[in-house]
Amino acid sequence: MMFIPLVYLVVRAGATERTELAAIVLRPFTLEVTLNTLALVGSVLVLATAIALPLALLVTRTDIPAKRAITILATLPLAIPGYVMAYALIGLSGYYGPLNAFFGLRLARPEGLFGAALALSLYTFPYVFLNVREALLGLDPALEETARSLGRSPRAAFLSVTLPHLRPALLSAWLVVALYTLGDYGAIALMRYDVLSSAIFSQYANAFEVNYAAWLALMLLAIAAAFLVLEGALNRQRRLARTGTGTRRNPPVLLLGRWRWLAVGFAGLVHLVSLGVPALVIAFWLSRAPADVDWTKVPATVLGTLSVALPAAALAVAIAVPVALVATRWPSRLTYGIERMTYFGYAVPALPFALATVFFTLAVVPVFYQTLAVLIIALALHTAALAVGPVRVRLLQIGPRVEESARSFGYSAPAAFRHVTLPALSRSVLAGAIFVFIVVAKELPITLLLAPSGFTTMAMNVFSRTHEGMLYEAAPYAALMIAFSAVSVALMLRSERNHP
Amino acid sequence: MRKTIFAGALSIATIISGFAAKAQELTVYSGRGESFAGPVFRIFEEQTGIKVKARYGSTAELSALLKEEGAKSPADVFLAQDAGALIENRTLFADAPKVLSETALPEFRSNDPKWLATSGRARTLVYSKERVKADQLPKSVFDLTKPEWKGKVGYSPKNASFQAFLTALRVQEGEEKAKAFVKGLVDNGAKTYANNVAIVQAVADGEIDAGLVNSYYLTRFVARDAKVPVAQTFFDKGDIGNLLFVSGAGIVETSKNKENAAKLLEFFLSPAVQQHFASAVGEYPVIKGVIPNPTLTGSLASPKDYAPNVPLEKLGDVSATKKLLTELGLL
Repeated sequence: MMFIPLVYLVVRAGATERTELAAIVLRPFTLEVTLNTLALVGSVLVLATAIALPLALLVTRTDIPAKRAITILATLPLAIPGYVMAYALIGLSGYYGPLNAFFGLRLARPEGLFGAALALSLYTFPYVFLNVREALLGLDPALEETARSLGRSPRAAFLSVTLPHLRPALLSAWLVVALYTLGDYGAIALMRYDVLSSAIFSQYANAFEVNYAAWLALMLLAIAAAFLVLEGALNRQRRLARTGTGTRRNPPVLLLGRWRWLAVGFAGLVHLVSLGVPALVIAFWLSRAPADVDWTKVPATVLGTLSVALPAAALAVAIAVPVALVATRWPSRLTYGIERMTYFGYAVPALPFALATVFFTLAVVPVFYQTLAVLIIALALHTAALAVGPVRVRLLQIGPRVEESARSFGYSAPAAFRHVTLPALSRSVLAGAIFVFIVVAKELPITLLLAPSGFTTMAMNVFSRTHEGMLYEAAPYAALMIAFSAVSVALMLRSERNHP
Repeated sequence: MRKTIFAGALSIATIISGFAAKAQELTVYSGRGESFAGPVFRIFEEQTGIKVKARYGSTAELSALLKEEGAKSPADVFLAQDAGALIENRTLFADAPKVLSETALPEFRSNDPKWLATSGRARTLVYSKERVKADQLPKSVFDLTKPEWKGKVGYSPKNASFQAFLTALRVQEGEEKAKAFVKGLVDNGAKTYANNVAIVQAVADGEIDAGLVNSYYLTRFVARDAKVPVAQTFFDKGDIGNLLFVSGAGIVETSKNKENAAKLLEFFLSPAVQQHFASAVGEYPVIKGVIPNPTLTGSLASPKDYAPNVPLEKLGDVSATKKLLTELGLL
């Protein structure tokens, strides 16, 4: 299934004549957008990690107050559609921004590499945060304690023991963020920065330069593939499961002392910018929203969103768990390849992915064309990678030992998995499902092209209005989307109440 | 009360007729946004009992989709932002009702039987009331490449309406002049934006002093805030920068509901809907007898007198325009 878009792209790209190819592909602009793309990915990774890593450490290892609130608030930006975040950042500083309305203040507009990196980091850092937090919670404190008992300082123990153990979590989060950055174009276009994805979008949307767009998409895929291989190479052959016996202890809590308020200030600043700014701008829009927002339509769009996002999340998890399982338990070229393929589905730019699905459905199963089933399957294939990450990290931590001992007590392999591994996995599976749910809820190009006619989601409503400049009318839907995922994040965290 | 009963009876009737004939349903691919077309579809449903299943997207995306679907397309009607996409896809359409195109005002009349204009739009220049004085306004769109406008102009090369303007420029003044103009903009430090809204916003925010947009964007800003520090104008009479063009619709050839599709087009050209386009959206009506939008005053009230003479059919060669923009690294 994952190969369909690739075949489509190759067929389309293959239709280019050689002379034309040299003229359109090998031009300075192509090089420029490629370099811009790499610069953007690099900046987003650095910025997102700089935000997420300290936050994750603070909530798992220190006595910082309001851990749960910080955790929820650090997950919520996931729900903010890219173009809303970008509009908010731009709008904050502008004539219509609240700063001007209340204080007569106009800031310089964020734009270019800086603006795009800022907007993207502000809603992708939760991937890094959640992955690292998950890893820190699952980590055996005995490791660090052993290092300490061997004479290492706390800092040295952290650097030499804990940090390397965070590597798989960081790498898989980085991979997701990098692939996300490669595919995003709404926020980037508003920040007036040219990258491969926006070039593909403008060429594809034109539909007259499909071949060129296909070439650009293949180039983007080559970059994505390079990230996939790199992450795989760095992440392979690591053993993270605990080998000791007995129950693991909870890690020691670092007392922040007088650093406490600095830490709270840092968390507060992150929330203020990543959530406060869009919330303020949305609230401001809401306050100006004309009375004629059609509230009767809202329940239908909520229902529409749920009817796609819930099954897509379930299906994505159903794909992710076995993939992660075979890849960690039976590491081989084949299983490794299968696991990478899920990321591939995520890496294919959304628009070609959607058109390839249209192409495929019409040619092979026309009865299913423009049905919810196809939309759900396409979205699940596109987002399965988001669920693979957390599940894989957890599986690496659990290791095969526990299951093996269950089997030595006479359990069959499936029963051992069901009774031993699955319960330990449930939190990660839920985390993965919620990732997918939130991302699907705000997804656009695929939903727009594959949804049955007449069907709408909240994201479609936000987009169609912001796109037409009806920012005020878009506000209720944007606010609703954030409220919506706030509930899902709270539900996810409730299921692990015994953790910070 | 009576109205409610009537509405109730009507909706029951609609449900029953919905069961009786599935043909009472239209699938519309709408390149026009939901906020624009949605209310029109709803009233159409109420009046005719024909259910509209709308599929919203950008005109270009839906155009690509229509091509991809070919003969299997479930679409009955394609509603496009800009006639370029209709002309480009004309082989996919059946003939539109002839009587309708004859009711259209001459400047908005399509001589192509395959599609109809549903509303008119004009290219204008928005400018800052705070930073641009009346006597500094450019007389021609070509003036924007002059040194006094260095770094002060915004435009949106990815926008279909800008591309319609550039197509007109190519057709009217030749490839060389068109290319020189765009290159002039680039060399003069003109800023590119994602869409027209972003341009008006940027003028209000003080990023740029002027921008090339369509007339109705400012109307929307004014509707929200009468004090918005932005105004708009045409260039001198006949300037290519004042291009008058249309948004339009076509009936998809493979449609099994051509009769109902024709009804929808007819509805779009009815006085009530045309009045809605003028009053609520700020577009130009394509039929006579509609009260103009109060924000479109002065030269803007009579776009026909200011527009260059470019036949609508000539705006179909968008692909060469896109090639030009691609060559200059703007797409």
